[in-house]
Amino acid sequence: MKPQTRPVSPKCSVADQPVPDDLRAAPARWSGLRHFAKEPLLLAIVVLAAVALFVVPLGAVGRLAFFATGGGVEAFSAALSNRSVQRALWHSLESAALAAALAVLLGGGLGLLIGLTDIRGRVALSFAILMLLMIPPHVTAIAWMQMLGPSSVLLQMLGAAPPLGSTNPLYSREGVIALLALQQVPIVYLTLRAALRAFPRDLAEAARVSGAGPWLLLRRVILPVMGPAFLAGYALAFVSALGNFGVPALLGIPGRYVTLPVLMWQRLASSGPSVLADLAVLATLIGAVAVVAVWGQMRLSRAMSVALIGAAQQPLRLRLGRARPFVEAGLWTLLMLLVVAPMLAMLATAVVPTYGVPLGPDTVTFRHFHEVIFTQSVTARAFANSAGLALAAGIGVATLALAVGALLRGPLSAGVRSVTMLAEIAYAVPGLVISIAFIIAFIKPLPVLGISLYGTHAIILGAYLSAFLAIGLKPVGVAFAALDPALQEAARVSGAGFWRRLWRIDLPLIAPAAASGAVLVMLTAWNEVTLSSILWTRGTETLGTVIFNYEDGGYSTLASAMSIISVLATLALMLVLHWFGRNLPPGIIPWRG
Amino acid sequence: MSITLSNISRRYGGTHAVDNLSATIPTGCFFTVLGPSGCGKSTLLRMVAGLEPLDEGSIALHRRTVAGPGLHLAPEARGVGVVFQSYALWPHMDVLGNVAFPIEAAGASRAAARTEANRHLQSVDLGSFANRRPADLSGGQRQRVALARCLAAQARIVLMDEPLANLDPHLRAAMEEEMTAFHARAGATTLFITHDQREAMALSDLVAVMRQGRFEQIAAPQDLHDRPDNAFVASFIGRGAVLDAEVTATAPGRATLRLSSDLHIVARALTAKVGPAQVLLRPGDLRLDPSGQSGLVLSCAYRGDHWEARVQVGKLARPLTVSLPYRASPMETLHLAFSGGWVLRQD
Repeated sequence: MKPQTRPVSPKCSVADQPVPDDLRAAPARWSGLRHFAKEPLLLAIVVLAAVALFVVPLGAVGRLAFFATGGGVEAFSAALSNRSVQRALWHSLESAALAAALAVLLGGGLGLLIGLTDIRGRVALSFAILMLLMIPPHVTAIAWMQMLGPSSVLLQMLGAAPPLGSTNPLYSREGVIALLALQQVPIVYLTLRAALRAFPRDLAEAARVSGAGPWLLLRRVILPVMGPAFLAGYALAFVSALGNFGVPALLGIPGRYVTLPVLMWQRLASSGPSVLADLAVLATLIGAVAVVAVWGQMRLSRAMSVALIGAAQQPLRLRLGRARPFVEAGLWTLLMLLVVAPMLAMLATAVVPTYGVPLGPDTVTFRHFHEVIFTQSVTARAFANSAGLALAAGIGVATLALAVGALLRGPLSAGVRSVTMLAEIAYAVPGLVISIAFIIAFIKPLPVLGISLYGTHAIILGAYLSAFLAIGLKPVGVAFAALDPALQEAARVSGAGFWRRLWRIDLPLIAPAAASGAVLVMLTAWNEVTLSSILWTRGTETLGTVIFNYEDGGYSTLASAMSIISVLATLALMLVLHWFGRNLPPGIIPWRG
Repeated sequence: MSITLSNISRRYGGTHAVDNLSATIPTGCFFTVLGPSGCGKSTLLRMVAGLEPLDEGSIALHRRTVAGPGLHLAPEARGVGVVFQSYALWPHMDVLGNVAFPIEAAGASRAAARTEANRHLQSVDLGSFANRRPADLSGGQRQRVALARCLAAQARIVLMDEPLANLDPHLRAAMEEEMTAFHARAGATTLFITHDQREAMALSDLVAVMRQGRFEQIAAPQDLHDRPDNAFVASFIGRGAVLDAEVTATAPGRATLRLSSDLHIVARALTAKVGPAQVLLRPGDLRLDPSGQSGLVLSCAYRGDHWEARVQVGKLARPLTVSLPYRASPMETLHLAFSGGWVLRQD
């Protein structure tokens, strides 16, 4: 439009305003196709991806469990009357329930102590606690086995090792539960810290000015208000422990404490794909338990969010006074024992010639590192596979999450909300259920193309995308929610269409959060063993499966050397994430804020 | 007629944010919608911009229907400029990038857009800030960048959603002049939303007073102040008291009213008829007169260049508002003469 030439700002009056009766209807500005090429096209792509990642695999499990010949009620009652299934199901429920309870005690205590007091170094403490979650379960299990077993280099140096030939004390029900609990501590800790951040400070201050001391305040005000957070943390820890594979596989098999995921893995490993129908039934069983637990947890957190509406305030900082240095020293000692000591034990195993040889100046060797990096082709391949898969999964999840986030703010949000729900379900069900679902769905050649995905990298990548999408969705969702909607609207009224807005406004603003989500997914994929444990074949070995197989086959020194390298890589990725997160809204980097 | 609203409605749940509202806004007019918070004025602006769908009615911009039954033209296709309350400057772009964006969206290359944008940036005296980030600017400077972005869009219709509300009071007066200059420069039809009547009076050609999703009255600022239609407008704009009265006689342009058994006044009126009515008495309609009605001072407050007293006269239902050159003490007796008043529209 050209600037007008007539005099501007005329005095206008109400009198000369007849309502025109010749309002022309606007011409149809868009043909159907041009309209479709905007949000609907992106939605179609996202929905297609969701169908391939969630609907097809999980649907295939359901179909096989319920509608295959011999499936349905009959198959479920047959499975439930089988002695080993009964025992494994009980072991799964028992270990998850007890481990979650222990995790609530330890994680809840840490959360209250760090979240409510004037303790120093909160971010560093949180980072150390998160290490418990970031170091994968199978590596944790190996490290603790080596720290507490009869051949423990560390205990031998202290002269406190159990007699040679005795069973490792961790090969037991108690060992499985203890290590499962340790892995879930950060989950409870994070849930509690988030709830404490939302805790209205004046509630506590009102109690203090009413004459309540710190203990009365804790007992009568904080703990009752935090009740739902404890319950939510318990449910999350329960679901996570239920799906754990690395700990019960490495400790439970020698300890004759087999959980349901381990039983499923054993059956597939010993009989191959012919037992898929049985596995579909077991997968449905344990998946249902997880979904029910998550559903309960979601109802709880909804109740919690209603209870805790209050303005964001400086968090409460109870003064520890003279006890502070002692509390800090105690906390760091505890974390050293739980995080650093097992890693040192594993390092000690990695640098002795053979497992059991005492560590000394003349026995130290870096042969195993040399071997896993340069000599063995399978380990080199595993490093490359895991790095590539983690990178691809990170980028894939971040891209999908960005698309979902952008659509959630638009007029088609209803269509994409179901995708986020499917992602939550896939994240909640045990990893083994997802991998079995992918085998069932994709073992047959794809229609039209005629090739089977089984035995390729693609099937592992697909399982990663399916199981980890929820991890990438969260930071993107938080970032979109923190964004002023007017920024989008300003672009719209400036004449920018959907793709231009996505590319020029949404993408640059959400990119840091999406990248953080990508790194979180990479961390998870780099460290996982559950999904690839039954999807890998020769050529597609992952880091987790090779470490697991080495340890399983008695090559503890090689397994330890690989674990040390993978933990160092994990630590490096976490530091990258830490640096990424310095300007992000709180709630994206787990240990920040 | 550059903006035509025909019976538009917008409901949230059971409540009407905008309720069967009709109006036409002439080309080039600075049109202000003034109302208390929650009256639906922001929703109205968002409906015109295309950011909010209509439940009923239709909207035409420059005689082209952009929203109506089965029709919703996307905001990016309407060619309107919007200045948001939060300014909505994109934090990841520099100042010049923000101003250049609408030019790029219209199809120009990035380089050409930046050259063109520089011209608009200079017109708001921010030429030397081209490469700053919005976060490094003061509130007033951000406001001017938002205006420059609006200029760059070359929109013939500009919508402003309380653009001065986030500024410090001392900046606001300066920005009001900036707004007037902006309107003169762009010559665009401007729909301005505010809850601040002083702002509305200072800037507008026409003001619409909005309440509960409807326009109570549309008039030029002085008409709104001197000749309000109803009690809501009369009490929302300016100061004064609205009293129940009885019209006893009428003449062209005036009416005689009985306020109480012993108090009769002559007031201005548009069309008055004998019978019950309401009359607005502003401080300007009352003056001190030793031979006038006696009244009792209830309270007195300093208003900057005069004292404002609430005075109870006789048995009138409400105290009157009176401007005084000195401070009156409570319970002091004043004598007032009635020199005018305005008869509100009778039902």
